[in-house]
Amino acid sequence: MIRSAEKVLLPLAAAAVLLGLWQAAVAVTGTTIFPSPGEVVLGIGELARRSLLWRSIGDSLLRVGAGYALAVVTGIPLGMTLGWFPLLGRAVNPVIQMLRPISPLAWMPLAVIWFGVSNAAPVFLIFLAALFPIVVASMNAVRNIPPMYLQAGRNFGLSAPRLMAQVIVPAALPPILVALRIAFGVAWLVLVAAEMIAVDSGLGYLIVDARNAGKRYDLVVGGMLLIGLVGLTLDTAFRLLISERSRA
Amino acid sequence: MSKVEFRGLSMRFGATEVLRDINLSVGEGELVCILGPSGCGKSTLLNIVGGFLRPAKGEVTIDGVPVTGPDPRRIFVFQERGVFPWLNVEQNVAFGLFRLTEEEKRSRVARYIQLVGLGGFENAYPRELSGGMKQRLEVARALAVHPDVLYLDEPFGALDSITRLQMRRELLRIWQTERKTILFVTHDIEESVQLADRVVVLSQRPGRVRRVLDIDIPHPRDLSAPRYIELRDAIFGEIGLAHQV
Repeated sequence: MIRSAEKVLLPLAAAAVLLGLWQAAVAVTGTTIFPSPGEVVLGIGELARRSLLWRSIGDSLLRVGAGYALAVVTGIPLGMTLGWFPLLGRAVNPVIQMLRPISPLAWMPLAVIWFGVSNAAPVFLIFLAALFPIVVASMNAVRNIPPMYLQAGRNFGLSAPRLMAQVIVPAALPPILVALRIAFGVAWLVLVAAEMIAVDSGLGYLIVDARNAGKRYDLVVGGMLLIGLVGLTLDTAFRLLISERSRA
Repeated sequence: MSKVEFRGLSMRFGATEVLRDINLSVGEGELVCILGPSGCGKSTLLNIVGGFLRPAKGEVTIDGVPVTGPDPRRIFVFQERGVFPWLNVEQNVAFGLFRLTEEEKRSRVARYIQLVGLGGFENAYPRELSGGMKQRLEVARALAVHPDVLYLDEPFGALDSITRLQMRRELLRIWQTERKTILFVTHDIEESVQLADRVVVLSQRPGRVRRVLDIDIPHPRDLSAPRYIELRDAIFGEIGLAHQV
């Protein structure tokens, strides 16, 4: 009882303190550019009235969802294949490790050349951002399957597809699920950058547009907070999903 | 009539010779312990007869047929870590039964869960079980497919000494009900004398058969009987250990 109250009350108190500091900082410096918390709330209210709020969130979710889903359906099979065939893994791994540290932002010019002014360009960037963590984790997950599980599977006479479905996938799944959550975080992180190119909707675009068209910093900060809130909600959903599964 | 036959079996990993000229014959329904110091190649020997490794020289036959790969008629039991953590007790036991009808599967699973004393834990996951229970689960999973030979690779090595003693008693009870041929690898001298019909003592690497001892004590064995102590000390002597601490 006390614990659950702590879990809710302490973060709320911390948030209240931060908001207070923010408000005080705006008041003390007398800034006219940087918005106070109240102005941001009004800004978000304005977005809702102009029916921009849900449209922006929806468009961003669609793009992140598409890029992320592509990364999942290609990254998991690719990574697991690389993990299963050690020679192939050793051959391809250096290339992956070399491409991995390149920020998805560096791909922006190429994305524009390849996909032009369309939804495909930001989706591609989000795809790239999520792909590498998923590939690497899936590869390692398969590599790290305790050999005795595979040995037992073969001992009981499982065919290759059955071994895949009943041993390899379930044995590799827990670390892959963790990576899926991390990859989703990364995908959400590059959203703003991805929506700076080629599109005219979404939370990322909202921020860029609010600054360019009239220096509406209340909307800039509002957009930032919305990205944070939606990200937190999705990450929490992911965490619950994973812990639900590991309890099952 | 011999069930498992090792003929001139040798094994090397690269430049390291692991086993040298192993000749051994195991009878149908016999419980043979393969005993040796760690690193002597006894697990390698079990992996060869289990079909997971190819010998460098020589061969193993079962019922006169050379072993060429793993076979569901002969099941390998690891330490208790071999059970699948993503399956519950029932599903673990049913793992190798995919060729059976649902009906047969259900009755097999129920029977072997009872046999190893896990009744009431059907829906439990391995992480909810103790080490001894996980080990029993793995034995049940192996027995459920009705193998004719069981390979046990230091199966009780990770258990505490009290549980280990209980597990040996359990194994003997199951062996007497099911009458499987059992090859049991261990580095525990007492364990081998408590369980085996015969103890095969291997030398340091490269492992060779130093001696085969008949343990001619009926079950249940009295661990303070003179004959037990005599056989145990013979093995201690064979391995070159003075029985003193």
